[in-house]
Amino acid sequence: MAKPSTSQIVTQRILAALPSVIGVVIVTFLLTRALPGDPAAFFAGPAATAAAIEEVRRNLGLDKSLLEQFFLYVGDLFRGDLGVSLITGQTVVYDLMTRLPASLELTLAGLVLAIALAVPLGVLAATRPNSWIDHGIRLLATAGVSLPTFFTGLFLIYLLYYRLGVVPAPLGRLNILYSAPPQITGFYLVDSLLSGNLGLFGAAAAQLFLPAVTLGLFALAPLTRVTRASMLGMLSSDFIRTARASGLPPRQVLFGYAFRNALLPIVTTLGIVFSFLLGANILVEKVFAWPGIGSYAVEALVASDYAPIQGFILTMALLYVVLNLLIDLLYVVIDPRAGVES
Amino acid sequence: MTTTLKHTRYVIGENLITFAAFALFLALALMAILGPAIAPYSPLTTNSAIALQSPSLAHWFGTDQLGRDVLSRVMVATRLDLGIAVLAVALSFVVGSFLGTCAGYFGGWTDRIISRCIDTLMAFPLFVLAMGLVAALGNSIENIIYATAMINLPLYTRVIRSEVLVRRSAGFVEAARLTGNGDWRIMAYHLFPNVLPVMMVHVSLNMGWAILNAAGLSFIGLGVQPPTAEWGIMVAEGATYIVSGEWWLALFPGAVLMLAVFCFNLLGDGLRDLIDPRMRT
Amino acid sequence: MRRRRLIKTSMGLVAGITLANGLKACSSPEAASTDTSAAVGTASGGKPSDAKLTMVQGGGFPNSLDLHRVGTNRPAYGISWVMYDRLMTFGSKELPDGSISYDYTVLEPELAESWEMAEDGLSVVFNLRPDATFHNGTPVTAKDVKWSYDRAVSIGGFPTFQMKAGALENPDQFEVVDDQTFRVKFLRPDKLTMIDMAVPIPVIINSELVKPHLTAADPWGAEWLNANDAGSGAYQLSEFQPNERITLTRFENWKSGPLPQIKEVIVLNVPEAGNRRALLEKGDIDINYELSEKDQKELTAMSKFTTYSTPIENCLYSIDMHTNAQLKGAENPFADVKVRQAVAYAIPYDAIMETALYGQAVPMYGEGKFEPDSTTWPQPTPYKTDMEMAKKLMAESAYPNGFETALAFDLGNKEWAEPAVVLIQESLAQLGIAVNIEKVPNANFRSVLVEKSRPMIVNNFGGWLNYPDYFFFYAYHGQDATFNGSSYKNPEMDKLIEAALASEPGKPDYDQNVEDFIKLAWAEMPRVPLVQPKLSVAMQPSVSGYQYWFHRQLDFRQLQKA
Repeated sequence: MAKPSTSQIVTQRILAALPSVIGVVIVTFLLTRALPGDPAAFFAGPAATAAAIEEVRRNLGLDKSLLEQFFLYVGDLFRGDLGVSLITGQTVVYDLMTRLPASLELTLAGLVLAIALAVPLGVLAATRPNSWIDHGIRLLATAGVSLPTFFTGLFLIYLLYYRLGVVPAPLGRLNILYSAPPQITGFYLVDSLLSGNLGLFGAAAAQLFLPAVTLGLFALAPLTRVTRASMLGMLSSDFIRTARASGLPPRQVLFGYAFRNALLPIVTTLGIVFSFLLGANILVEKVFAWPGIGSYAVEALVASDYAPIQGFILTMALLYVVLNLLIDLLYVVIDPRAGVES
Repeated sequence: MTTTLKHTRYVIGENLITFAAFALFLALALMAILGPAIAPYSPLTTNSAIALQSPSLAHWFGTDQLGRDVLSRVMVATRLDLGIAVLAVALSFVVGSFLGTCAGYFGGWTDRIISRCIDTLMAFPLFVLAMGLVAALGNSIENIIYATAMINLPLYTRVIRSEVLVRRSAGFVEAARLTGNGDWRIMAYHLFPNVLPVMMVHVSLNMGWAILNAAGLSFIGLGVQPPTAEWGIMVAEGATYIVSGEWWLALFPGAVLMLAVFCFNLLGDGLRDLIDPRMRT
Repeated sequence: MRRRRLIKTSMGLVAGITLANGLKACSSPEAASTDTSAAVGTASGGKPSDAKLTMVQGGGFPNSLDLHRVGTNRPAYGISWVMYDRLMTFGSKELPDGSISYDYTVLEPELAESWEMAEDGLSVVFNLRPDATFHNGTPVTAKDVKWSYDRAVSIGGFPTFQMKAGALENPDQFEVVDDQTFRVKFLRPDKLTMIDMAVPIPVIINSELVKPHLTAADPWGAEWLNANDAGSGAYQLSEFQPNERITLTRFENWKSGPLPQIKEVIVLNVPEAGNRRALLEKGDIDINYELSEKDQKELTAMSKFTTYSTPIENCLYSIDMHTNAQLKGAENPFADVKVRQAVAYAIPYDAIMETALYGQAVPMYGEGKFEPDSTTWPQPTPYKTDMEMAKKLMAESAYPNGFETALAFDLGNKEWAEPAVVLIQESLAQLGIAVNIEKVPNANFRSVLVEKSRPMIVNNFGGWLNYPDYFFFYAYHGQDATFNGSSYKNPEMDKLIEAALASEPGKPDYDQNVEDFIKLAWAEMPRVPLVQPKLSVAMQPSVSGYQYWFHRQLDFRQLQKA
């Protein structure tokens, strides 16, 4: 079989993901409609009469049949219109555009912190299997994944902000003294550097630190675990033994050969962990007043605000598809032998 | 059998941590059974005279806003929390095993349909799906279990499917077929027992995750109804008291919750060693 | 001595405290028409400075700049209140505890420097301030006022409903006499009309600025006004980041009152109550508004902060019992008055007051009389915790062995409602009443109220107007409004309420009717009042000038920061 080109892989993947995305759209639509609250009663205001509630229902298009509502929704979807969020008063597209970078920045920062910690720990554990270092690392990583993120978050705020005062107030992405950098990528860390504002970069990084640590702790366990396993497998493989036997320096064997080859499973896990963290950061966002899409979805869900929930889930599903695609492509880069299975 | 036992003893000997985790698991199981009987106070009886007292000899874990003993509530909650985790995992395990085995064994359209459905489920942000389900169905214990089971379903289905796929044309399956066993019989008696050990690792790891999931739902207000004692809701509600100085409300249930999740995670690791020593990760 | 006896005419409207609004207002038309001088409020003081104020609040974050929009939440009223002007506003007065409150008996000029009532009392002419301008510098004209009033009565939903309550229903009622003069014609004499023009709804919008953004689908520019400033108020918008922060800057050309002392106001969204408190304690913010009872108690005890706690006018926390004979097709035990009375005697009031509300509310139980001799409202019930009495009443009821029921509360109130319902559950168990607690997410609770599908609910209804007849009209009248959580219907009660509504305080028949309907309420007990809640604020000591408003939002114009 001829190796498929990158564009072929992309097309193939997108086509394969299409049924899932359609499924997500349908299920999400039905799920939001099954929410018990009556949005018309909620948004009509407290003193509303039955007639006023009916009027709001008509305005929101909720008096139409479910099927009609669904086709209207799909029609809007094709026009790129995700509707208007009643709780924020903005279009869902606007909300998602401004909030998605915040969530991605937080998740990526958490992931980077986790990698920075997990990979060395995993390698360390693999080089000394069953030693107390190995066990200690395993305990540490497992402890991280065993705590509810909201608990870790609130506890860290109490300790590091309220008690010790070493981190800034948990006030979202920026201290109140600063205002957001001009939007280029939406990532404050990147945008502040691009606009050459180092003070702003520092402020954004300081705000990001605690939530990223909270999130990163959660990702520590799977990454450490897979790094260790993968390294162990490599270290006991024939080619490493050969390399060692031929007297190559241990450092070179470890990092030049073993680690490089151990990367593939790590990257796979990275993708899984990333999409998992994107979901898990909902609670972290809520605790740190982080203006991401997770906290947005929670609020919308509690208010039975259909449009943002639908928009959020759709975005996440698309992200998931894109992410899987990226991982597949990364495989090809890391290990050119890896083809792409359909 | 004896070799397995020997192997087990070897693994435990090699790995004290797993042994400790197993002991912890026994302690938790004991607490779940005996908790209500040995709790020093009633977990529900209020006493406003002793509200929000810090830990003391009379109340080791302190008291909450309504003067209830936190230690007793934590002890009694063990049964509910483990119950939620066990039932949720069992449910997704059973359904996932069935779907996964069918998909892997029959292949073709069965596989395609089941895999598509599971893919769709995977594309959802799982925690939000759980939230949506509980919000839509109402927040009762059963619905928390259903939601947790639902979001674990893809994992089991996928793992079992791939395990069965590998084995379906293996010699022992062929042999079973030739001796006149039907499809269902082969799946139930020959294939499934073979993939069970691998699944136990996931079950154990999943139990911890199910507890965390329930706690997260509680934090958003979608947990069990008051006045039921449940770790997640105690941590979630206690967390709002941290700043005002009542640290014991969140710390103790949080610590026990962490221990339980920790225990299941370590057990999962240990089981993995047991099943496939080379794959220890 | 009741202040309401001093007032000739009452006017009002009702709404829930839970969400969108809380507002009440009343005044005398005579007082308003004679008060035509350009007097300005007394609460404001202090020279304009460069001070910067940062605040957070409970109860949500402003979700729109346009309070006419469907779904605009209550915190958004605070922004609209200072960003826009209305024609008139209310005066202020000192409360017995030394704090400042708005004064519903005095209407003061805002954008209108004066007004005259017509001889026949069927119209009013407003004279606008000739020097007033919008934030973009264009002068405020009567055309803008008319467009804004037309919008309020035409856009539908809550604003239209609110305007209608003051008999302001039709754009024909609003007439531009000349650039500086605006006439409002009354459909009929209505005690509410003048007042209704000083509540948050009839804001004056810069119509020329909005007009380019009007479309056939959006004839009132709702989409544009949602995120843009077209006001003439004391503060103008400098930054609006939905769900994150709103920054307001003083409008130096403001003419409708004394220039505020504070130059810049930053409103931040901090959803976690614990974090809000930590921010205040660490000195990172100036004001923490709408505190929980616990925070209020503890922050006051620290004596590091300036705190105020004002009983919310005409608002009660209560337990409502469904009174219809059938509920969801099943027999309903609470239809039995003995059961309801037994419940009223079985509620552990003191424990609720102490542990659920930390003593930070006004008790509304125990001290009252079964034969009320006052029209004071709210007034305490004669019921106090008396288990013997409760058991006796239960034994006399049709359910001597008790029954199983459910008690629903709004998750949004969980801080006090959850401990309260747990205490109630425990107490009612002694009567054989097994209560299942159901916490309902905030948005769904409105549906619970509308459907009236639960046997017992926790209600936190507050009437806008500080009058018992308005409270009863929404909470006890057979029209079965949303806030009649008991779905209570009694023709005798309706008659008394309607008679009181048609009369006014100070008249003998009014007092008699009020006392009679309170008496009937205490006898029938469809709802068990617990307490009158308080609205609390904690500020850094450098901040002063706090004033309580019926709309329950901060008025930045009156605040000062050293």
